[in-house]
Amino acid sequence: MNKSSAVKYPITARLLHWVMAVIILSMLFLGVSMIQSFAPWQNVALSLHKSFGTLVFILVGVRLINRLLFKPPALPSDLPHWQAFAGRATHVLLYTAMIAMPLSGWLMQSAAGLEVSVFGLFNLPLIAPENIKLYSLSRELHGLTAWLFFGLILLHIAAALYHKLIRRDDVLDSML
Amino acid sequence: MNKKPTKSNHPKSNHLGDFIALIKNDRKRFALIGIIISALGIGFLFASGLTPTSKMTAQKFVALQEGSAPHEGFRRAHAKGICITGEFVSSGLLAQYSKAAIFQEGSTPFYGRFSIGGGNPTAPDLKSPVRSLALAFSQNNGRQWRMAMNTPPVMAVRTPEDFYEQLAAIFPDPETGIRDPQKIVDFFKAHPESAAFVEWKNNYKPTNSFSTEIYNSINAFYLVDAQGAKQAVRWQAVPQAVPNYNIAPDAPSDALQKDMAELLSKGAVKFDLVFQFAAEEDAVADATQPWPDERRKITAGTIFIQGAQAQKGGICADTNFDPLVLPSGIEPSEDPILRARSAAYAESYRRRARETLLGAGQ
Repeated sequence: MNKSSAVKYPITARLLHWVMAVIILSMLFLGVSMIQSFAPWQNVALSLHKSFGTLVFILVGVRLINRLLFKPPALPSDLPHWQAFAGRATHVLLYTAMIAMPLSGWLMQSAAGLEVSVFGLFNLPLIAPENIKLYSLSRELHGLTAWLFFGLILLHIAAALYHKLIRRDDVLDSML
Repeated sequence: MNKKPTKSNHPKSNHLGDFIALIKNDRKRFALIGIIISALGIGFLFASGLTPTSKMTAQKFVALQEGSAPHEGFRRAHAKGICITGEFVSSGLLAQYSKAAIFQEGSTPFYGRFSIGGGNPTAPDLKSPVRSLALAFSQNNGRQWRMAMNTPPVMAVRTPEDFYEQLAAIFPDPETGIRDPQKIVDFFKAHPESAAFVEWKNNYKPTNSFSTEIYNSINAFYLVDAQGAKQAVRWQAVPQAVPNYNIAPDAPSDALQKDMAELLSKGAVKFDLVFQFAAEEDAVADATQPWPDERRKITAGTIFIQGAQAQKGGICADTNFDPLVLPSGIEPSEDPILRARSAAYAESYRRRARETLLGAGQ
């Protein structure tokens, strides 16, 4: 009902948010399953993972620039300070994870001496020399960040539902 | 509309007490949120394999390979080896079947590794039943080609699950540490598809040198030409030197490595890279089935090995010779063992990389 009255994020921001949400969630689920799988799709999954990871890296750049161009809708004025703070902190961490995931992935491939092929169209340049220690550091960072990222996303979804179902305010609607 | 948040009539509070009161007033809706978040979380745990599963995984496989006392910092399989460098000189004969730059007439530098089977980095060279040649070619377009070839021409089994059972039968009992030779005999009996492998095993005579073995791709791949036409192939590195089967009983533990260093001090060690073309009726996705010997063979070129170095700090030390690192113009076949090799190599690489990072040394 109050959808129409909600101050919405600009359409560009909403589009970027939902497109990236779908890609990132798919990538997290694909990532944790493909590293253990012996299934025939494993190799295809790996190359899709790398290609879409590059896409996310490009999109997060576009999103950050776009974010500077508008003023996001204000939070409800009666929102407790700690919740507003938690929201802001989560958003900063989500952006950090969105950058850290593709960057550590690119770094680990480079440190393993491999160029990342993006949808078979072009290759990303190597950003590090072949080095097993650097590989390990970036590989473990990639894995660890994936779990933290997923935790943050759960927190983000829980908070959105809390705004919609419990507080019944406009916060979720502003992104729909 | 876009006004800044200002103090409203609602009293602001930083106390958790208000939040808890809110939960008490709206239990059902909170429960709904809890269910949604839990479902997502459990789904993720399930996907990550943290939940118990009967599926074969790369982690289970490598855990079996390394046993209870892994050699930290070393490859889980083929732990002992030496690095090599050289160049591949293409004959140009394969260029019409694959658009890979390496098959154009000319030469491509490579580095690689000779190794023996097993997870022990100090095992005596001549005791190992398997020897390997791994190569990494760097084409000037940046797309690498990595291969890991072994002395057996075929696998004993056709699925990763059976391969796991085969290894479990070969390895000593994890509880008692005792190896039961009857187990592997029973395994081969229970797996008739292992016939070609067993026949090779019974007839294979090791030579006294890495330079005189035949190394096989084992799994099949496709060559893809400029028009997209595919041809299933397997390949072998065939030695140009004459084999010598006389192995001195008092040969040192590093006999094969010493021999290679000595040969290279006199000149290049040469192999022909020979591709075998499958016919329509040949099993492409089944690494247990050899293709008839009369199938067409084309020599893609010659491998000139020119230098060798210890693997500790050597050029091959940091490389995972993943057979699925392929240039455009070569594609994997549907062979499930090929995926399993790639996934298990990656897990082995991750483990030894972590150990190396934490200070374990080769």
